[in-house]
Amino acid sequence: MNIFKKTIFSVLASLLIIGNVYASDKIKIGTEGAYPPWNSKDASGKLIGFEVELAYALCRYIGRQCDIVEQDWDGMIPALQMRKFDAIMAGMSITDERKKVITFSQGYADEVGSLAVMKGSDLEGMDTPEGVNLTLGGSGVNKALKTITGALAGKTVCTQTGTIHQNFLESGDVGKVNVRTYKTQDEVNLDLASGRCDVALAAAVAFTDYAEKSGKSVVLVGPTFSGGAFGNGVGVGLRQASQLGGTLGARDAELLKAFNKAIDQARKDGVISRLAIKHFGFDASM
Amino acid sequence: MELLSFGKTGWGDELFYATLMTIAVSITAMLIGFFFALIFTPLKLSNNKFLNFIANSYTTVIRGVPELLVIYLFFFGGSGAIMYVASIFGYFEYIEINAFITGSVAIGIISGAYSTEVFRGAIQSIDKGQFEAAKVLGIKKHIQFFKIIMPQMLRLAIPNLSNVWQITLKDTSLISVTGLVEIMRQSYIAAGSTRDPLLFYSFAAVLYLMLTFLSMKIINRLEVKYSRGF
Amino acid sequence: MDFTLMASSLPKLLGAAIVTLKLLSLSLFFGIFIGLLFAILRLSKNSLVSKFAYGYSYIFRGTPLLVQIFIIYYGLGQIEYFRTTFLWVIFKEPYWCAIIAFALNTGAYTSEILRSAFQTIKPGIIEAGKSLGISNKIIFYKIQIPVAIRQSLPAYGNEIILMMKGTSLASTVTLMDITGVAKHIVSTTYKPLEVFLMAGGIYLFMTFIIHNLIKYLEKKYSFQ
Repeated sequence: MNIFKKTIFSVLASLLIIGNVYASDKIKIGTEGAYPPWNSKDASGKLIGFEVELAYALCRYIGRQCDIVEQDWDGMIPALQMRKFDAIMAGMSITDERKKVITFSQGYADEVGSLAVMKGSDLEGMDTPEGVNLTLGGSGVNKALKTITGALAGKTVCTQTGTIHQNFLESGDVGKVNVRTYKTQDEVNLDLASGRCDVALAAAVAFTDYAEKSGKSVVLVGPTFSGGAFGNGVGVGLRQASQLGGTLGARDAELLKAFNKAIDQARKDGVISRLAIKHFGFDASM
Repeated sequence: MELLSFGKTGWGDELFYATLMTIAVSITAMLIGFFFALIFTPLKLSNNKFLNFIANSYTTVIRGVPELLVIYLFFFGGSGAIMYVASIFGYFEYIEINAFITGSVAIGIISGAYSTEVFRGAIQSIDKGQFEAAKVLGIKKHIQFFKIIMPQMLRLAIPNLSNVWQITLKDTSLISVTGLVEIMRQSYIAAGSTRDPLLFYSFAAVLYLMLTFLSMKIINRLEVKYSRGF
Repeated sequence: MDFTLMASSLPKLLGAAIVTLKLLSLSLFFGIFIGLLFAILRLSKNSLVSKFAYGYSYIFRGTPLLVQIFIIYYGLGQIEYFRTTFLWVIFKEPYWCAIIAFALNTGAYTSEILRSAFQTIKPGIIEAGKSLGISNKIIFYKIQIPVAIRQSLPAYGNEIILMMKGTSLASTVTLMDITGVAKHIVSTTYKPLEVFLMAGGIYLFMTFIIHNLIKYLEKKYSFQ
């Protein structure tokens, strides 16, 4: 029995050692892998999408190798803090709220949000302007918000947890809404298609991608949203240098500078635009 | 049905590897659980009130809080705690512990709490005469434990340990937060990609049932083997 | 450690505890009936009936609760035909999907507890009833069932606690129970440790209360 106990100890110890990866020069970038066309997985499980390709491009400019790590959306920022990876490129919009805990590079692309319904819903044909920018505001915006508030009253609205879309719905800008939040956009789509949700809110491209791939008749309604709760574009999420200080903090600050420089270069070379057109069908770059 | 086939378009091979992963995590977690149980059971049975308290806290807390929360707490708190401890020793580099270890230890902690209770109950139902006889014969304490008490304890414990195994096996479905690709996560991915949750979750249920069935067969064999000579 | 966050999240989590308790009580309520039904079916002399009951119990105890919830919620929701039946009024709501999943699950475990209690009733009790000339049917309903229920209390108490932990999975289908609200708070504050510790504390407290309640009931109704 002593040998038994010894083997258990040694097995556990070696597992712990094998499991340890000491800090290397590679940049680890976290992404969700479930938000096409920003990031998703192909049939073999490989991470693909706009941000995956952009990540490799940016790393080339920085001059270091990078590893792309998959992470569930709801654990994305905690995982960054835990140093599971060093940067987030997961369609994460730059918002003031997030800036309280992490820092962002400059934005590299932008997305607009939109409401979506199944064809035949009574929300179709909402009388609103084509686009609404919440930061700019104005009477047109306020009128649109009023129309939307009336339309959404009493309806079940679905969105992904921890997103700018959830923040918007809970901000009170559209009154009190019956919000349901889901772990992934996939689940939102499923419940929209099955009729559990009257309407859903997400990035416009997420719905058009879903409609295309599933053949379901998902229709965008209302205006496209930007600004305000919807943030200021999508950037690379990084740890704040002040978090730990010392050598680790300095490394994080370095990384921020490196990414900003790389994004400038990539934008100048037209790389971001090219990739955006490839994945979104239009130039979503910033 | 072709969605379940092996090969490029079928998810069969991914689900096969996911099943292997489920088995691997379950076994590892069960062993880690035994490791914890071997520590905490003596603490529970000791005469020292403080040690009792520690062991009781462990089993009460882990068995009284939903598994999902234990896993989240371990995942979000564990790495931080380990790195904090390491930083005290001057090791500032990032320590990555891979998903397999994280998941197995998380479930292992839960499994261990149940195993501790099982071992304790089993030891307490061994005839007191055995302990006395061992003492009287002047056998050293740790040999007493390993050569006399433990074999008897294991025999009594096996039926309840089979329950703990079932719990451990099913709890592996909750560790998707660690990113580990076991049956539940793979089904989730496949269901999302093909938009066919009914097929894949039903198939996942079938996989778990198969594992349960095989486990029962193996455990029954073990029970027979360990009951020999009694 | 952000203690102010822990304090501010407490009221929200306590409010969610009511949802958890509602889910728990409804699931246990339906579960007891399902459990009793299947326990009786299991003991039937008809081998087809008892095999069917065994199958039900095997499936719901041999698969994770999470899989069961997902099949009922997402799986059934996928079937277009199902969405046109009147059942959809119930299954459309995540609340009822969760309760149905929980009830079926606890029903399986309850049926096993009751079945084993039935089978371990001291034969003397039944013989006494027979010798008094009481009919088999009345023996079953007035003697066996109450005795079995009393004998099941310890194991059932355990099942109540297990089910309470199971309700945390309701959060995976959008329900705002304790775990759901905790996840929601984490999604805006990014401080999982503090929030989940509070949530865990509340569950622990509820476990403590249920555990002591069962102990009290056991003492009060023990007849040995």
